[in-house]
Amino acid sequence: MRSLLILATVALLLAAASPAFAQAAGAPAIQVEQPWARATPAGAQTGAAYLTLDNKSGSADRLTGASSDVAASVQIHEMTVVGGVMRMRQLADGLPIPAGGTVELKPGSYHVMLIGLKKPLAAGDTFPLTLTFEKAGTISVTVPVKAMGATQDGKPGGMKGMGSMEMK
Amino acid sequence: MMRARHWLLTVAAGLAGFAAVALCVAYVASSGAGQGLGVNPVGGPFTLVDDSGATVTESTLAGKPSAMYFGYTFCPEVCPTTLADLSRWIELLGPDADKLNYVFVTVDPERDTPQAMHDYVSAFDKRIRGFTGTPEQIATVAQAYRVYYKRVPTADGGYVMDHSAMIYLMGPDNRLVNVIGYQETDTSALAKLRNLIALAPSS
Repeated sequence: MRSLLILATVALLLAAASPAFAQAAGAPAIQVEQPWARATPAGAQTGAAYLTLDNKSGSADRLTGASSDVAASVQIHEMTVVGGVMRMRQLADGLPIPAGGTVELKPGSYHVMLIGLKKPLAAGDTFPLTLTFEKAGTISVTVPVKAMGATQDGKPGGMKGMGSMEMK
Repeated sequence: MMRARHWLLTVAAGLAGFAAVALCVAYVASSGAGQGLGVNPVGGPFTLVDDSGATVTESTLAGKPSAMYFGYTFCPEVCPTTLADLSRWIELLGPDADKLNYVFVTVDPERDTPQAMHDYVSAFDKRIRGFTGTPEQIATVAQAYRVYYKRVPTADGGYVMDHSAMIYLMGPDNRLVNVIGYQETDTSALAKLRNLIALAPSS
């Protein structure tokens, strides 16, 4: 009888704990969508990875860092072009992700900067990237490498050009 | 407190950037006025080293219009994107593309040796040449082309470069004809390049 009670308690505890567990492992509070990177020229020391962060939780979070075995260091950067001048800055306080909101890391904006590439990123390859969040912990994704000059949808030039996209 | 400082720094940096651009524009406007209409003082003499190690000057480009872009190889995004765009446009221009010079000039001579430039431009259309030089030579060419660049230290002890992110379209007389901005459409960029090709002396 006693052992049955213990069993029931354990089962109850497990059941109670499982949504939290699922949150941490199965369906994280932050979803990382559509990761991709551009191929880099030979000898290039740096590369950039892009992705969308979808905060499924009710509390704001922050992307504080990242790491990958393809680069000596990985930083979160913001790029701006103002008055024709390109500026790139590391986000020292990380990148805020509002509760229930999404943040897009994309060309011309926020990006994951890979510094000290161990070898060029080649189109068709993939590499691992681990993102660290203030609350959601670490999330690892596999990043596919697209052609140089590619955009998120994979076409060279992407949205640009329109009429002149029929490349021969 | 930190936030306020950060904000102030950002504003200060932004103002400095605007001031730099405004100064350039003011300079261009004033010197242009002094020399009469149609004369634009962007472009001038320079001595640099190409990605094969050979010395190059403004006369190396003489006779053909040029598309010149100032950047650096450590740049993860704007520079490779722009050079990939330029490579695609060169392809789309067909045989006429050979009527222009294509030059990528570094604003980071410290890291961008001729070999580094060579490795880098090799990833793009073979007609794009890489130019580097001593810090003084780069300062001279940047001044001649009114290019803004600034070294900015990073927290990890490295540095990045702020720089003008547009392609300068120079006539055969090495004077500015037009610019192609970052992420300009293929249609617009190709029209500007074709206008530049039209200025090429017929051979």
